[in-house]
Amino acid sequence: MAGSATRPQSFQEIILRLQTYWASKGCAVLQPYDMEVGAGTFHPATTLRALGSKSWAAAYVQPSRRPTDGRYGENPNRLQHYYQYQVLIKPSPPDLQALYLGSLEAIGIDMDLHDIRFVEDDWESPTLGAWGLGWEVWCDGMEVSQFTYFQQVGGHDCKPVSGELTYGLERLAMYVLGVDHVMEMPFNDPSAPIPLTYGDVFKQTEEEYSRWNFDQADTDMLLTHFEDAEAECQRILDAPARDPKTGQHIVMAHPAYDQCIKASHLFNLLDARGVISVTERQAYIGRVRALAKACADAFVTTRAAGAEV
Amino acid sequence: MPDLLIELFSEEIPARMQARAADDLKRLVTDGLVEAGLTYASAGAFSTPRRLTLSVEGLLAESPATREERKGPRVDAPEKALEGFLRSTGLTRDQLEARDDKKGQVWFAVIAREGRPAAGIVAEVLEKTIRTFPWPKSMRWGAGNLRWVRPLHSILCLLSDEAGASVVPLEIDGITAGDSTAGHRFMAPAPIQVTGFDDYRAKLQAAHVVLSAEDRAQAIWHDAEQMAFAQGLELVEDKGLLAEVAGLVEWPVVLMGAIDEEFLGLPAEVLQTSMKEHQKFFSVRDITEQITHFVTVANRETADNGATILAGNQKVLSARLADAKFFWENDLRIAATDITQWTDALENVTFHNKLGSQQARIKRIAKLAREIAPQVGADVDDVHTAALVAKADLSSEMVYEFPELQGIMGEYYAQEAHLSDEIAAAAREHYQPLGPSDDVPEAPISVAVAFADKIDTLTGFWAIDEKPTGSKDPFALRRAALGVIRLVLENDHRMALGQVFAKANEVAADRDGAMADVGDLMAFIHDRLKVFLRDRGIRHDVIDACLAMPGADDLTLLVRRAQALQAFLKMEEGENLIQGFKRAHNILKQAEAADGVEYSYGPDPKLAETQLETALFAALDAAEAEIAPAMEAEDFAEAMGAMAGLRAPVDAFFEGVQVNADSQILRRNRLNLLHRISATCLSVADLTRIEG
Repeated sequence: MAGSATRPQSFQEIILRLQTYWASKGCAVLQPYDMEVGAGTFHPATTLRALGSKSWAAAYVQPSRRPTDGRYGENPNRLQHYYQYQVLIKPSPPDLQALYLGSLEAIGIDMDLHDIRFVEDDWESPTLGAWGLGWEVWCDGMEVSQFTYFQQVGGHDCKPVSGELTYGLERLAMYVLGVDHVMEMPFNDPSAPIPLTYGDVFKQTEEEYSRWNFDQADTDMLLTHFEDAEAECQRILDAPARDPKTGQHIVMAHPAYDQCIKASHLFNLLDARGVISVTERQAYIGRVRALAKACADAFVTTRAAGAEV
Repeated sequence: MPDLLIELFSEEIPARMQARAADDLKRLVTDGLVEAGLTYASAGAFSTPRRLTLSVEGLLAESPATREERKGPRVDAPEKALEGFLRSTGLTRDQLEARDDKKGQVWFAVIAREGRPAAGIVAEVLEKTIRTFPWPKSMRWGAGNLRWVRPLHSILCLLSDEAGASVVPLEIDGITAGDSTAGHRFMAPAPIQVTGFDDYRAKLQAAHVVLSAEDRAQAIWHDAEQMAFAQGLELVEDKGLLAEVAGLVEWPVVLMGAIDEEFLGLPAEVLQTSMKEHQKFFSVRDITEQITHFVTVANRETADNGATILAGNQKVLSARLADAKFFWENDLRIAATDITQWTDALENVTFHNKLGSQQARIKRIAKLAREIAPQVGADVDDVHTAALVAKADLSSEMVYEFPELQGIMGEYYAQEAHLSDEIAAAAREHYQPLGPSDDVPEAPISVAVAFADKIDTLTGFWAIDEKPTGSKDPFALRRAALGVIRLVLENDHRMALGQVFAKANEVAADRDGAMADVGDLMAFIHDRLKVFLRDRGIRHDVIDACLAMPGADDLTLLVRRAQALQAFLKMEEGENLIQGFKRAHNILKQAEAADGVEYSYGPDPKLAETQLETALFAALDAAEAEIAPAMEAEDFAEAMGAMAGLRAPVDAFFEGVQVNADSQILRRNRLNLLHRISATCLSVADLTRIEG
């Protein structure tokens, strides 16, 4: 394998190679979740599927939004909207490190020339009530991925344990492609009839969202939406498991979790607007965590979690 | 005698945990072996990012047989007692012997244990060690239940002697012990079979793994120094970083690169901190002390001699330093325009929810610093200005990014704001001393602000009842107290701390009336002072004797007195005089208790009956005449020297004079004389507290 990897030419080629690689390793290649999330971890294919006893293997790209990181598209590597590549395998296979290194080779990183390191980095998500142990993976001193063994999600011990890999796609691709500014990165093949850069696709949206996130979003409305999402989440979970119409046992864990995701993103937007004080911050995070926990409590009672229903 | 080799091979162990884990492995296994009767000649433990290794030499091949007799209950004791005895011995009733004892027939248990081969014991001890290993944080993985710091992949456990090596049979949660390991993850991943420690170490070395962390650290340091030296540069020492980096690599390869010129204008502290925190790079400086290069330690050799690795690292560094430069330039612009806007911005930053914002805290410190300024010879207005900007850098972007640069950035920014060097230095120095070995500021402005900062902290947390308890001291109040103590003592400052604390209460009107108990706070300071002085060889009873004297909140005075007293007690006269004083004091107290009066009228020299008494009167006159002015001048050595002159006459008095004379007049006069001895001695220090 060594030295055989060819260099990819574009951002999308790196994504395609990761998709192909993880598909070849038996992962179900899922599509992004159709909601605004702060990271790939929020996708129910990770958060919820890390719970319960059923085996699972999924890989997907997840567009992620961090409103406070917006820089109007000017910063070389900071964006309010970016892509994460996420892999979750449960139970974590014994050769997960080797599988991971294989994915780096697949995207053109020559293991014989680079220095790959696993540097301690424990992961914790206060909003998801989740934590795990693992590393940030360094390639020649640059962080290229997060590697985590989930220990707890939504307050539940993970049994079995899932192994989670998260690649920050823009940063990784910039490194592999040798690009200094994200907006200059080729999005498709530079020799295509219509070559597009990352900037062609996203420069304008970064400007627009930066303005909206920081200055324009209606905070009263966001606050109302936060409270609506919170209430709806709780209401859905409080509904009796037996559906009166079909007579079936249907716990609505996923619809409830959607509301939790919504609340989390609304909180991020409020944060970017600077209307949440330091003391309030903790309270909001606690409210989202309470929702995440309630959703996790509901999910573990379902078939997808391996429960007998 | 066999040797034992154990290797626990896992995914990457956090660098900061490795050394401790190697020690724990050695301790837990060797303790377990010895407890089971297997003694050994020597043991050594090693760690790399992926393995913990223990080598035990000269182990007993089997544990010695033992025989133990235990006495149990009487034969006619209740059934329950017998059951308990059987349980504790692990025997059955028919294995017990009934023997005659003083109290009648008693059950005896003879517990004979045969010797056991080492392998069985090693397996048990190692399994228990693995299952109960004290990792600071551990985890599960896959579908298993075993906990380790990261997934544990293999166990090597080998007993070897002249006849050969054999694997210790052991299986833990699906991991079967064997005689093989793996080399470097990338350079030599193939399995390696070993026959004993020397073989293991040599084969690992050949497979690009340096087993000993110390060897790796030495190699890194040596190569880095050589590389710097070859270019006329010098490596900046950083032992903590060296230990950490040695824990990140199995095969260290040192690479040196230049920092891009556009970043050389950044302060040395910023370059060093950014490179260390983000990249774990060592700093390299030229003869002008300018940091110009970095050293990074890769974990492998490559065909291009590290060129790709170095280029990658350089690029990451440039991105990081570009951030730092951006912060630095932004910060400088704000500092030059109006540095006080940073202090104002701290209104929105909570110091502690019961003690208000950082801005409120800074204002308190500034007020208090004004009060302290004259006592430390500093200009009041300069001190006020210094206190108001000393923590301004907490609002700066650089300190937000690198909190450990607080104060250091403050000094740069205050200079940029055209404040005097002395005022700027206070931004850095007012945090000092940060620990027992940190420097204590000497410049008056820095001293005043440093005092005010620490005293406000202590007073504040005392007021809201957040005192340190046991090992818990989340607000570092012991360090603040030690800081106050060292600021006073090492600058020889004279101040009544009680008054300073009272003043700190006064300026803290914004605390809703919550006041610190100054007496309690003083007791805390005295407590820390005792620890501080004990470390400097001053006896605790000497400190107590001086603490009991008035003005004990003047620490400089207190310590001078204690030093003089300690020196005095080391002299023969001193030690003896204490005995004389105690004798006088005890007789006096007994007599006063018995008679119900105080003998404090002053003895009459005319009633002196013997030469010995007359001599004592004369000695007291002489001593008192010297002691009073010496005390006035705070010359404790002089005062105690004068006191030493009492030793011979006091000894002679007790030798030759009967205090409890038949004549009541003589007795009273002599008791009054004892009082005078006692009072004279007590005017120097509370000698009743001296032990022995």
